[in-house]
Amino acid sequence: MNDSKPLLDVKNLNVSFSVYGGKLCVLDGVNFFMYPGEKVGLVGETGCGKTTTMKAILRVLPTPPAIISSGSIHFDGKDIMGLKVDELLRVRGRGISMVFQDPTAALNPVFTIGEQFENVIKFSSSSGKSLTKKDIHQKAISALKEVSLADPERLLQSYPIQLSGGMRQRVCIGMALSTNPKLLIADEPGTSLDVTIQDQVLRLLRKLVEDYNTSVILITHTLGIVRETTNRVYVMYAGNMVEMAATHKLFLKPLHPYTKALISTVPRLTGGGITSGIPGRIPDYRNPPTGCRFHPRCPNVMDICSKEKPSVFNIEPDHGVACFLYKSDITNMKEKATKVQ
Amino acid sequence: MNKVTPTDHPFNSNITLEQISSLERASQRDNIGRAWYKFSRNPMSVVGLSLVVSLILLAIFAPYIAPYPKHAGPFTDFPNAKTPPGLDYLFGTDQIGRDVLSRIIFGLRSSLLMGVVVLVLVVPPGVMLGLLAGYFQDTWIDTVSMRITDIFLAVPPLILALAVASVLKPNLWNGMLAVSLMWWPWYARLVYGLTTTLRNESFVSAAEVAGASTWHILFREILPNTLSPILTKISIDIAWVIIIGSMLSFVGLGVQPPEPSLGTMIADGSRYLPDQWWISVFPALTIVLIVLGFNLMGDGVRDMFASEES
Repeated sequence: MNDSKPLLDVKNLNVSFSVYGGKLCVLDGVNFFMYPGEKVGLVGETGCGKTTTMKAILRVLPTPPAIISSGSIHFDGKDIMGLKVDELLRVRGRGISMVFQDPTAALNPVFTIGEQFENVIKFSSSSGKSLTKKDIHQKAISALKEVSLADPERLLQSYPIQLSGGMRQRVCIGMALSTNPKLLIADEPGTSLDVTIQDQVLRLLRKLVEDYNTSVILITHTLGIVRETTNRVYVMYAGNMVEMAATHKLFLKPLHPYTKALISTVPRLTGGGITSGIPGRIPDYRNPPTGCRFHPRCPNVMDICSKEKPSVFNIEPDHGVACFLYKSDITNMKEKATKVQ
Repeated sequence: MNKVTPTDHPFNSNITLEQISSLERASQRDNIGRAWYKFSRNPMSVVGLSLVVSLILLAIFAPYIAPYPKHAGPFTDFPNAKTPPGLDYLFGTDQIGRDVLSRIIFGLRSSLLMGVVVLVLVVPPGVMLGLLAGYFQDTWIDTVSMRITDIFLAVPPLILALAVASVLKPNLWNGMLAVSLMWWPWYARLVYGLTTTLRNESFVSAAEVAGASTWHILFREILPNTLSPILTKISIDIAWVIIIGSMLSFVGLGVQPPEPSLGTMIADGSRYLPDQWWISVFPALTIVLIVLGFNLMGDGVRDMFASEES
């Protein structure tokens, strides 16, 4: 961590969706920050609100049905919630890029790669100077070469349907980085690809963000990818950030029972049988459990867990956990501190 | 941050603008070739297309093709009335001695014009409304426009068209207006349904995230993806519009005599059935040909847009 101002600072974000039969409280007070140049991982099981958080940050959640009831989002010093439409478009065009889970769905099927590149580059260019067709073409060509795609000339004339999954994801990464964004959000960029291609894509992504010095949020549910590509991790459960730690610390000493369970569920190549896993599933957002949302599935559940929502206890400066198990640790630490004084 | 610009990049490509446009032209040619290949895979589509093209050519060059162009106007020839089909009059003559073939050829003009004008009037507003309502789903725009659409759909379409046509002065243009009023809700519905699905596609989110304006999302991302169902529907709808238009003139609310129209001819001839069958049967067969041609062509258009993966 460094002392500069955070690139992205999300405080107490609450998002709900109004649906038939009530309201889904999907994000329940999410806090999230990152500094320039950081590579942050965001893990959690399907449906825990990872993508919703990112969409809320970019304000692309359709409202209705989504309702952002409270919270503040600051990106690069700008208050995203209060931005006017044209400023918001500029942030999306130049500040933040996103790579989606499914590259097939993320490319418009009726336009060629070249036409889509042209749009992305046009959105990112400042309104004043207009780029010539040749400039755009060359930018697109160099972006495609950057993501190690052969024959970019022909590629620009192709439709997404004519490319393989791995090529499409490379194209998406190329598009996302061609605008030279400050922040790249990669939403499970390898999930729909097979493991060898996933590996190539992730290596490429890691190399490029290092070359460009781009900050990255990597959303995934594969812990191995987090370990290899990030330097800080947020663990999310049912719309809450339950644990935040530097990557190596999280794997060395996971604190939250959910994180421990998540790490233990990873199937090992060395065998030893399928792990016991985490019984149960993500709660119903219509009627989320009171107190800590994890308590019905938690092996260390205590009385207090169903009554109060745990706040984040900072065990170390770069390791926080939202769990009452560590409340005593914090009080002990404070007592020690006062005794020393 | 090391910004990659085209000029300082080691792999900088030195392609010229001419080369870019020649590549683009080649790819366009390729697309047209592929579209024609898919369309013509079914020989019936080609039959439909040739039918449609020949009917359109007949209508355009009617004055030069029709054997008795004068018979399309106010003309009587009572000595030759009700002549059966023969060498002089291929399709016979009607009750006041006008050549049925010539009147059919001129009648094609109003029928085809009806089909084209109604769809030109109907498609843009219907599509726009459906697009906006679908994109702003669950907002007041959706509620207002789709409820209005529902109201129009709730009235039986033929009765609506008859009511409008009977209130207005009966002629070709008011007939078109009447048919247009009953037709646009179908396009609004079609595009609304497509848009509500498309707006949740990743590529729409991707465009939003890349900084695209609402205008761009609506017209450059979503609309192009609805074109193939819209064009398919248009190619099949033309036949239906022509049937409805003929029906209006059959009951006397469309084209007025002595202007020739297929519907009026059938109505006039039906009084002389079955003895002078040719007066109404040939115009009726022409309508069958028009509908068949457009439907077969419509199937081809659908095949043309079908994705190669499926």
